[in-house]
Amino acid sequence: MIIDQISVFVENNPGRLADIAGILGKAGIDMRAMSIADTAKFGILRLIVDKPREALELLRAAECVVSVTPVLAVSIKDLPGSLAVVLRVLAEAGINVEYGYAFVSRKQGNAYVVIRVEDNRRAVECLAQNGIKVADGKEIYE
Amino acid sequence: MNRYQPEIECASEDRLRGLQSERLVRTVKHAYDNVAFYRRKMDEHKVKPADVKSMDDLPKLPFLCKDDLRDAYPYGFLAVPRSEVVRIQSTSGTTGKRVVAFYTQQDIDVWDECCARAIVAAGGGKDDVVHVCYGYGLFTGGPGLNGGSHKVGSMTLPMSSGNTERQIQFMCDLGSTILCCTPSYAAFLAEAILEQGMADRISLKAGIFGAEAWSEEMRRDIEDKLRIKAYDIYGLTEISGPGVSFECSEQTGMHINEDHFAAEIIDPATGETLPLGSKGELVFSCLSKAAFPLLRYRTRDICVLSRKACSCGRTLVKMSKLMGRSDDMLIIRGVNVFPSQIEAVLLKCGLPPNYQIIVDRVKYTDTFDVQVEMTPEMFSDTVRQVAARESELVSALRSMLGISPKVTLVTPRSIARSEGKAVRVVDKRTI
Ligand SMILES: [Zn+2]
Repeated sequence: MIIDQISVFVENNPGRLADIAGILGKAGIDMRAMSIADTAKFGILRLIVDKPREALELLRAAECVVSVTPVLAVSIKDLPGSLAVVLRVLAEAGINVEYGYAFVSRKQGNAYVVIRVEDNRRAVECLAQNGIKVADGKEIYE
Repeated sequence: MNRYQPEIECASEDRLRGLQSERLVRTVKHAYDNVAFYRRKMDEHKVKPADVKSMDDLPKLPFLCKDDLRDAYPYGFLAVPRSEVVRIQSTSGTTGKRVVAFYTQQDIDVWDECCARAIVAAGGGKDDVVHVCYGYGLFTGGPGLNGGSHKVGSMTLPMSSGNTERQIQFMCDLGSTILCCTPSYAAFLAEAILEQGMADRISLKAGIFGAEAWSEEMRRDIEDKLRIKAYDIYGLTEISGPGVSFECSEQTGMHINEDHFAAEIIDPATGETLPLGSKGELVFSCLSKAAFPLLRYRTRDICVLSRKACSCGRTLVKMSKLMGRSDDMLIIRGVNVFPSQIEAVLLKCGLPPNYQIIVDRVKYTDTFDVQVEMTPEMFSDTVRQVAARESELVSALRSMLGISPKVTLVTPRSIARSEGKAVRVVDKRTI
């Protein structure tokens, strides 16, 4: 239900992002989704990868500051308005979405939106009650 | 009561002053008669040995600085025949010529006595096992505490630095009670001891840590981890070595062995002698040295002297912890900033002291940037939290320094290091 997102501190300097992508690429780790939160002074790279444990160890060994954040991957129909439905359900339950980003899985032929909320369990419950499916790790990683 | 030479350490101010005056007169004459540099410098300043009759006349003498010693390398300041010299020590200068210091047997005895005072003040005695892991060799740390421990009659372990496994093993097997090393090595040892689960097998009660600046936070950290009382010690090779001053049980500054070393505080910019209690540059004059009798030597260390009565009963003047160096003090937008202040704030905020100060001047205004290496504790996946921690740090820095730096978080281990030491200050200003 809940999947692991790898969050990486990225200093605002050219090439840093390429370095990180290079480390993962060389080890054959596949990025399923990524997003960058960017401020004037630093960035936070958020990644969904097929092998989160390995990625974490590799990045730590490369002296990156990393953390693992439990997030939800909600499967949505690739149609206009489907993201709005998900967000409305959460908003009505008073669940605040810290951030989110979308990706499409070619293998599964599905679209997903990754969302970060305070209380994952409650969000899953609330989405399920409204017939919205949250992907499990297997579906995302494989 | 924890005093090695109470008759001196607790002497009345008058008696100490008298002793200092008598010794100063003798040392000035000795230096003038035997060191060409002093003869020339004093003649230039139109001061004769006969003009120095007591400590009141000390400000008449010219200053001496490290460059003078470098220029006179190796024998320029030697004031006795070489046949009288029994030891040479040297500073750890990384650039340019080193400074070499010379000692007669009597000079060594005085130095050892000063270190003995420090060991006794830390609770040391004949039954103690003094574990010295300062380096031995040209560096004064090892030889100084080693000699002091002999004077006290403690069992001395001349471990020298490095080989942490062996340090811990000897500490356990031989029952070391007093640890002497740099504070950073003490912190490292403490971590290693805890990691190996050896905390219950060590019998340390005190530590004497010096040769580098350290904060109160670091002291508490070492004290908690090793379950000891940690004492500061200060010294410099040019003046003798460790033991120029030492801390007592009150832990509020270091008593200067002023029967041998007269201390003054001066304004580093003007050279003017400042009254007791002022913050300024520490200057030492040797009062009893034969081989290397430096007078009015500018240490570049910034501190405050105090003669407030101390609960330990010693009357020796106390110097505060070092507040920086007059040569690395920065003036940013008119405010004095010492890198050590930034270090203290980082430690207080639970961050490792990995930082770099970058100062520049844009349109006639100083820019003040502090780069801090990101840590897992400070990091979060949300921008909001990282930004909040960053602004906490900025306000802690502002309240310490009186001006606001721009803080930039950078990748761990990305701050430039030269010869293993991080470069703390980059001043790009051209005025
Ligand atoms: Zn005291």
